[in-house]
Parts: sequence; C-alpha cells; structure tokens
Amino acid sequence: MEKLIRFALDYVSYVVKGGAKFYAWMAGLGILIAIWGYSFYIQATEGLAVTGLTDQVSDGLYLGNVMFLVGVAAAAVTVVFPAYAYQHKALHEVAVLGEMVAIAAVTLCNLFVLSHMGRPDRLWHMLPVIGIYNIPNSLITFDVLVLTGYLLLNLVCGFYFLYTKYTGDRINRVFYMPLIYISIVWALSIHSVTALFINTMPARPFWNSPVMPIHFISTAFAAGPGLIILIFLLVRKNTKLWIKDEAINLLSTIMTYCLGIALFLNLSEIATHLYFPTEHTLGLEYLMFGVNGLTALVPWFWVSSAANIIAFVMLLIPRVRKNYRLLPVACVLAFAGIWVQKGIGLLVPGFTPSPIGEFTNYMPTLIEVLVTLGNWAIGAAMLTVLLKGAIGILLGEVKYATAPWEVRGNVVPFYRATPKPTTKLPWAPSGDPARYEASKPSSGSRTRRRRRDALA
Amino acid sequence: MQQGKVPPCDSDKEHHSQGRRGMAETAATPSCSSRRGFLKEMGGLSIASLMGTAALLTNSDDAQAKTEWAEWFQGNYRLMTDEEKAQAKARLERRYSQEYGKPVMVDTTPAKEGVLFGYALNIQKCIGCRRCVKACVEENNQSRGNAQQIEWIRVVKMEKGKFTPEKMTQGYPDPIGIQVGGNAYSAAGVTLEGEHYYQPEKVPEQDAFYMPIACMQCEKPPCVKVCPVRTTYRDADGIVVIDYNWCIGCRQCIDACPYWARRFNWSTPNVPKAEMNPKTHYLGNRPRMKGVVEKCTFCIQRTRHGRYPACVEVCPVGARKFGNLLDPNSEVSRILERKSVFRLRADQNTYPKFFYFMD
Repeated sequence: MEKLIRFALDYVSYVVKGGAKFYAWMAGLGILIAIWGYSFYIQATEGLAVTGLTDQVSDGLYLGNVMFLVGVAAAAVTVVFPAYAYQHKALHEVAVLGEMVAIAAVTLCNLFVLSHMGRPDRLWHMLPVIGIYNIPNSLITFDVLVLTGYLLLNLVCGFYFLYTKYTGDRINRVFYMPLIYISIVWALSIHSVTALFINTMPARPFWNSPVMPIHFISTAFAAGPGLIILIFLLVRKNTKLWIKDEAINLLSTIMTYCLGIALFLNLSEIATHLYFPTEHTLGLEYLMFGVNGLTALVPWFWVSSAANIIAFVMLLIPRVRKNYRLLPVACVLAFAGIWVQKGIGLLVPGFTPSPIGEFTNYMPTLIEVLVTLGNWAIGAAMLTVLLKGAIGILLGEVKYATAPWEVRGNVVPFYRATPKPTTKLPWAPSGDPARYEASKPSSGSRTRRRRRDALA
Repeated sequence: MQQGKVPPCDSDKEHHSQGRRGMAETAATPSCSSRRGFLKEMGGLSIASLMGTAALLTNSDDAQAKTEWAEWFQGNYRLMTDEEKAQAKARLERRYSQEYGKPVMVDTTPAKEGVLFGYALNIQKCIGCRRCVKACVEENNQSRGNAQQIEWIRVVKMEKGKFTPEKMTQGYPDPIGIQVGGNAYSAAGVTLEGEHYYQPEKVPEQDAFYMPIACMQCEKPPCVKVCPVRTTYRDADGIVVIDYNWCIGCRQCIDACPYWARRFNWSTPNVPKAEMNPKTHYLGNRPRMKGVVEKCTFCIQRTRHGRYPACVEVCPVGARKFGNLLDPNSEVSRILERKSVFRLRADQNTYPKFFYFMD
C-alpha cells in the first residue's frame, strides 16, 4: 500500500514538472480548454440550437469525432498485438505507450458523447441498476459497455505495467497476460460496435452497408498507427526514450496494408452504388458530386480521398516509408483524410437526403468548432501527461528506489538484491542492456545511435 | 428521493413491524426523542438543506427548485408505481400552472384494453391546406416562432409528372440505341422526394397532389428498438410514446425513423402563455423541455378519452379517419375492409398503423 501511494505521488510530481516547451504546450492547450469551458457553458444553457445541427442533419461534428476516435482507441491494438502475440521486441518495450493513447482516445470519445447529448445531465439513465439498460436492443448500450470495458482494461493493463516497472517487481503474468489478450479482442469489438451503431438503420441507406464494420476497422488501423507513429517520432525527438526503428517500421507497414484495404472497400462501395444509382445512392452522389447544385461536401470528399491516396502511394514505397522525414507527412495525410472521411464525410450524407428527400447543407457553428477544439485540447493535454508519466517510468526516472531520502542515506531498499548507482545517472538503467546502451548520455549523436541500432 | 416520506412519529411502530429495517431496535422507543426519530429528522433536514442548495444554485424560488430536483431524480414512467405517477403528475401540474399562469392538467390515463388505434388518410381528398398542421401545433403545445418551429405533421406536395414529346429525343447513349429514356428524370407520383415548404396562392394546386406524413405509430417501431434508455416505447393501445423526463437526447431515434417523424428540441420550446393548451397528457402534449425528442402521439390526451385527434376534427374535406382497429365497426376498420389501402415504405417492415387510401 505504501508503494502504491508513493507510486501515485512520484507519478504526479513527475508529470507536472517539465521544461519550458512542456509548459508552453500545456499553457496553449489550457487557453483552448478555457475557451471550451465558455463555449460548452453556452451550449449547455442555450441548448444544441447553438450548433449547426438541424432536424434534418441531427448528428454532425461531435458524433463524427466519436466515430473517428473510437478508431484511434482501437488502434492501440496495432502496438499491443505484435508486442505480445508476435513477441515483437521493439514494440514490446513501448507497448504501454499504445495503451496510454487508447486511454486518452476513449476519454476523448466520452467528451464528444457528452457534447453530442441533448441532456448530458441525464446520462445516468443509461447506467444499469440505477437507470435502464436497453440490452440487447439498443446498440448504444453495447457501445457504452465495450467503451467502458476498453477504458478499464487499458487503465488496468497500462498502469499495472507501469507500477511494476516503478517498483521493480516482476509482472504477474497469470494476471496480466489474459487481460492483454482480452484487450486485443476487445479493441476490435469497440470499433465494430461503433460501426454497427449507425449501419443497422435501414432508414439511412447510406450507412446501411454490411462492409461498414470492416471498413471502420481498416480505416482505424490506418489512422491510429499514423497518430502513434507521429507520437513515437515526437517522443524520440523530445525525450530520452529511444523508440527503435523496427517499432515504427512495423507500424507503418500495418498502416500501408490497412489503408490499402480501406481504399479498396471505398472503391467497391462506390462501384456497387453508382453502377445503377437508386434513391438510396443519393447520399453518395451528394457527397461525391453534389446534387442539384448543392455541393457543400464535394471538396471535403475529393480532398480527403486525395490525401488518402497520396498517403497510400507514399507508404507503398519502402524508401519513403522508412524515411522519417517523409513518413510523418504520409501519417498526417492519412490521419486527416480519414478524419474527414469518417466524420463529416460519413455522417452528413447519411442524413442527406432526409428520409423524405430533403437536402440540407450542414455547417458547424463557431461554438461547435470551439467545443470540438477544446475537447481535442483536453485529450491532447491528457495524452501528454499520460505519455510523460509512462516515459518517465520506462526510462527509470521515476523509480521506487530513487526516493531522495533513501539515496541520501545510501540505504539499500529491502526488495533489491544489489544496490545500483542511482545517484550517478540521471535515470537508472533498465533491465534491457540494449536500451541502456542506447540511452547512455555519452554515446554520441542521434545518428550514430541510430546506426548502431540498425547494426544490432 | 421523494420528500414527504418521513413518517410522523406515531407511525413509527407500524413501520417497525413491517421490518423495513433489519437493525435491532427496541420496540419500546416510539417517541420523537428516540435515536431513530432524531436520525429521521436529520435526514429530512439534510434533504431540505440539499434542496435549499439546489434552490440557491438555480437562483429561483424554493418550490421551483424542489420540483426540478425531484423531477431530476424521478424514474422511467413505465416503471413508476401508481403513487409515484400521482406524485409526478402533481409536481408537473404545479410547475406548469406556475409557469403558464393558468391551471394546467396533466393526465395520466393509461391505455384501455381492447383498443388498438389506427389512422387512415385519403390522399385523393387531401387538398394540402395544412389546417391539420396548425391544429396540431395548437393542440399539442409545439414550439412556434422563428427561433424554433416544430411541426409534427408535414404535408408533402407531390408532382403529378410531366412527360413531354420534346424529351423523347434527349435519351442516351444516343448513337448505339437509347438505354435511358429522355423522360427518365422527371418526378411523378409518390416518390418521397416531394416539397413540403410549398407556399401557394391557393390550394389545391393544379399540377400537384398532397401526401401528409406524421408519426406512423409503427407496430414494429425502429425508434423504440434503438432507444438506449427505453424512454420511447409502444404503449398497450399501439401509440408510440415518449417519457420526456427520461429522454437523454441522443437522437438515435431520429436517425432510425424512416418517416422523419421525430423532432428535437434544439432549445427551450417557445409556447406563448395565452396559446398554451392546458389539457395535457404526461406522454403527450405536456410542455417539453430543451434537449428532448417529441413526435405525434395520435393526440393521446384526446383519444384515450374517446375523442378524435385534433387533425381529424379540423380536416375540412374529411380526408382523415381515426378509430379502433380491433372494433370491426370503427371507421378505420371499415376503410381497411373496403378500400384500396397502402402503407408508406412497406419495405422497411415497420408495419405502420397509419394507412393511406383512395376512394
């Protein structure tokens, strides 16, 4: 228990301290969050009338972000699965970072759900026991179930792993491994259920497509690893943690496959629908070409499609994929392209035309955009803190033995067989000799380190 | 959760005999000075103070805050006991009466046995005057004005279609043999792509006919299936109703409805005090709050007392018919028996109890 309290204290005191860059970043996010507070207050008091939503287009930016972010959360599996199922060494070392991304993404989803609801104060009605849980009929209840479960699984797995790293204890594999395998399957379930949540409505033919779940998963496993690669590259640049090239290369390979599958599914849907267009295809036509001069979504569709195709072509070329100056460009393109495709590009055509054939242009209002930005800022702040804590523990900068009074007194903690010179290094060496070597401060430039890694 | 549940001291003994509390207590302490009485008083006090806090927070008078507080905690209407329903009714009546400055009645009449409501509309007769829409808005306390206008009935104007000889030569692909006729893309008849914002000088218009739509009160309603909190449900007499106090505003039902029958209160609805209809039903036309969904309920406040819905009463051409589908002598049953009848969007398998017919 004492260890746990110390873990919490050390963790918190570590994550709140940082350099100027860290404070500047958090302050920037803080401003966005303050604006969010104001906009959300307006929305809560005035009602959703302050958004661009209408009876015709009743879900918009908020639900679109939910759809997308569930995918990002699920994509943590692209790190966890190779790490544990295929014993991928480089990813195994940083698997916990994937779990941290999942935690932040699911929390962000919940924020967007909160923004989307007409009566967020009544959300307790959805809870089992005190409210009513319409299971198995309503897919929202499944969504709540799988998202909450996924959040808990990642919280438990991630923080249990960090805690053992912190204390230096061995991982209890009987407890830990089943949870990891459950979370891998669970990740697939969250995104399938999110797809089923909208594609099970025959009233909306644009969504009512059986390829939606697999399309969701393939786009998620393209956009998610894209984000994770960007995060890994940033971590390599800004912290002492060196994430190996193999980890990034595997992620970019997964991204290539999944983006390819996603594009193929896109094309097959377009071909199926446009060969003999019916009333049910009007949504797709509205998205791709516009109908009767209403072309609000057309640029979004073509720009996002172009972004996805360019990203795919870039990723297909091994030399580009392994060039870490160009790879982020492909990642940003895929991430942004899929965000548009799964947000505005998926929801709005589902509503246009409405069931009685009405076309309505949807344009998010300023409040809606500010709430969205604020939600993302909260998510980014959370992710920063989670990653910072995890990296600190992975590096050994936050460690049970490094408590100042113990080091000062040069007392060996009872659970340690051999004392380690924690006072000499800014962080304690971990069990992995390769990482220890790589993280030595006196081992030359980053290029040389990278070369050595490549040789090893 | 309900106030007024603290029993007076003399009822203490009875309470004890019911064995509500499993704790060992001496039966010889039925006075107010007992520990239990004290605890109860304290409990009452703390509830009162909580309510006081709520009142301060909402910055309104105590009664209003109390009502809101109690309303926030009330359960799903279907699961309420009769006593809880009565309390909810009294609470709402008090609040609405205060808000609208006149005595408002909130009816909680349940469905009658042996009744299944059905509706039949003669599209041949409808002249598109939209008196039904107006009557519905007034009867059912829908929001009006520019800020938020809600209409449960929409009258859709359908094109009769124009087939012209000029278009005969405009088919394509031309040189190989025409596969798409030149008259292909002109709307004709019920296409569900009609116009419902028409503003004619006079109705009926020459080149159009009209098809009013509203909630179809499906026997297999998709909106009910998707509701995560079961706030919308099919009541025993076949009317699909909404407990506005339990709705979380997720709008999943709006997405699932193939008839675009549901409306969302994007902001607090605007119902002028003078125009407000004080005869309301809990599941029907009582004033709604912002952030919840509403729709046609076959005028549940009228029909459960044997009256016609407002739209039926007002229709100047008698196009609208209403009745009990289980009664073979009702108007609706006789129409189903004798006329050619169709359901809108039968492909959706929703089995509406709203039928269209022609003479």
